[in-house]
Amino acid sequence: MSVTVFVPRDSSAISLGADTVAREIASQAIRNGCAVRLVRNGSRGLAWLEPMVEVQTPEGRIAYGPVTPADVASLFDAEFLHGAPHRLRLGKPEDHPYLAKQERLTFARVGVIDPLSIDDYRAYGGFVGLEKAIHRGGAEIVKAVTDSGLRGRGGAAFPAGIKWNTVLNTPADLKYIVCNADEGDSGTFSDRMLMEGDPFMLIEGMAIAAHAVGARKGYIYVRSEYPYAEATLREAIRIATAAGFLDHFELGVRRGAGAYICGEETALLESLEGKRGIVRFKPPVPAIVGLFGKPTVVNNVITFAAIPTILAEGAEYYKNYGMGRSRGTLPFQLAGNIKHGGLVEKAFGVTLRELLYDYGGGSRSGRPIRAVQVGGPLGAYLPESQFDTPLDYESFAAIGAMVGHGGIVAFDDTVDMAKMARYAMEFCAIESCGKCTPCRIGSTRGVEVIDKIIAGRDAEGGPQVNDREKNLALLRDLNETMLAGSLCAMGGMTPFPVMSALKHFEKDFTHA
Amino acid sequence: MNESQVVVNQAIADLQREEGALLPILHEVQDRLGYVPKDSVPVIAKALSLSRAEVHGVVTFYHHFRQQPAGRRVVQVCRAEACQAVGADALVEHAKQSLGVDFHGTTEDGAVTLEAVFCLGNCACGPSIMIGDDLHGRVTPERFDALVKAARK
Ligand SMILES: Cc1cc2nc3c(=O)[nH]c(=O)nc-3n(C[C@H](O)[C@H](O)[C@H](O)COP(=O)(O)O)c2cc1C
Ligand code: SF4
Ligand code: FES
Repeated sequence: MSVTVFVPRDSSAISLGADTVAREIASQAIRNGCAVRLVRNGSRGLAWLEPMVEVQTPEGRIAYGPVTPADVASLFDAEFLHGAPHRLRLGKPEDHPYLAKQERLTFARVGVIDPLSIDDYRAYGGFVGLEKAIHRGGAEIVKAVTDSGLRGRGGAAFPAGIKWNTVLNTPADLKYIVCNADEGDSGTFSDRMLMEGDPFMLIEGMAIAAHAVGARKGYIYVRSEYPYAEATLREAIRIATAAGFLDHFELGVRRGAGAYICGEETALLESLEGKRGIVRFKPPVPAIVGLFGKPTVVNNVITFAAIPTILAEGAEYYKNYGMGRSRGTLPFQLAGNIKHGGLVEKAFGVTLRELLYDYGGGSRSGRPIRAVQVGGPLGAYLPESQFDTPLDYESFAAIGAMVGHGGIVAFDDTVDMAKMARYAMEFCAIESCGKCTPCRIGSTRGVEVIDKIIAGRDAEGGPQVNDREKNLALLRDLNETMLAGSLCAMGGMTPFPVMSALKHFEKDFTHA
Repeated sequence: MNESQVVVNQAIADLQREEGALLPILHEVQDRLGYVPKDSVPVIAKALSLSRAEVHGVVTFYHHFRQQPAGRRVVQVCRAEACQAVGADALVEHAKQSLGVDFHGTTEDGAVTLEAVFCLGNCACGPSIMIGDDLHGRVTPERFDALVKAARK
């Protein structure tokens, strides 16, 4: 009898040596005469413990981590194949405090199964949602999605059911399902982890959407920075097609080309059409005039991945999680200067403080956490006084912040917030699609003004310091113009990180 | 026909019937040749019934596409917020010094091209870099040098 050993194939685990660890386990197994079946699972999302190796024992799975190649020999000596004690032994993964209190609906299988085994997928509840959907009409499926309260997980939080209903009710010879897997926000990696760890769930969600609205064709647009995810998706689609799950839905993968703006849905459609990623005016919305002019459902990876659970367990089940108008769960991503970074799927309503300290364990550096950016490069910077805000779309909007895609980036007290504000403007200047002047030109002016303010800070007296108020007024004006005069959130929301940095951390902008 | 013309023609033949075929063709050309040669633009334009300006516009719009050959290995260093929070700026400085080039530059021996990237989806394990298609996390300056040395071989 061979022992099953799991070593993640998630690219984050690989970035810390998982491939080498897997090779080392295979060769040591041969040397020790042990029969080992190696499974490359997804990541459980405990990033600081990666590569986290698990062994199947009669008592359940036992985890060890973080495992380096040099640890492998001692693991064999300690008889880790029987789950024996070792300095790296973590016990049962599901009992680990980081995982025990999570509410994993979308990430239930990630890290557990072999991502490319359709048998594993079925054994853990896969395709139940699709099988139920097949016997229902489009309107009934759309109603379930609407009733679940699911809102888009890509950032804008638009109700998925309303979007699907529009596509359903727009007559056309051809309709498309497009998955936004551009995941450009810094601090986010849940789309990637899902595509690498449970790709069939995304495929199932898209197939349900296709059946619901009457689409026969779809694309997953993956950013070029995610080669592992792209390869996994291509393989998963090949397997699902061979197994007959995509008989009525032709699904393709398309690679982006390093443009943040192509995460914006209309720029993404332009890019899929083979053009520059320039944002389109709305209306018409993509649900009516989308890809190649056809009605198109555009949703984020995590939005589609939530669908199978809603169909399998019912809208009520999903809706029972969450608070206010934010229903269900969100896979939060703890990133940046954080001790226990990784993926935490929780119902809406958890506070930032719980995530940062109960899960995150505080900063990685051991210094106080001073600022946190939530929701990507267009999200506000929050000071400690706002850490008790519950993560819910409306509560965040009320403090001028956004939950977005659920990325949480922590900075310790060595951060220079004037520098971060400058970076926000610089990023906008680099990634602007160029259509509107306030975004294209304003962001460059923003960098210049902040540079002047920063220079004034360091100058000992002199005229620059006297200009400070003028420069700050200019910066505020510029932000107002960008806010009001931009077609999309790139130019329209860059003011959020900039102005929140200025508001909460003004001393970083002042004369030392 | 030289080698690059063969690659371009093959990419066109394989992919031109795809919907919105331009990006897939450009990716295929760059994957095989390391860049999109200037003289491939009119060929691709003709095959897809586009103007040269349209194809050129697409090649230049996207950061990923390059019009000049890169070094044998492309090293991308993440500059985005989560990596900045754990020392990306210092790593960027080190990378530039250690390779003796700025971003977009190629080392004198033609081995390594340095590029900036905005997030590699490895934000809990920064600072992150990517060498070719290989992702690396928690990269210290010392580890950077070791990884680049190994990649030069
Ligand atoms: C500048 C900008 C970048 C965006 N980037 C992404 C992205 O990377 N991924 C994503 O899913 N949505 C992104 N969005 C949101 C999309 O425009 C759109 O709302 C989303 O794809 C809709 O899917 P959802 O309703 O399932 O979230 C971005 C929006 C803007 C304005
Ligand atoms: S705000 Fe910026 S990115 Fe958005 S459409 Fe205008 S120029 Fe393009
Ligand atoms: S910010 Fe560097 S990998 Fe995401």
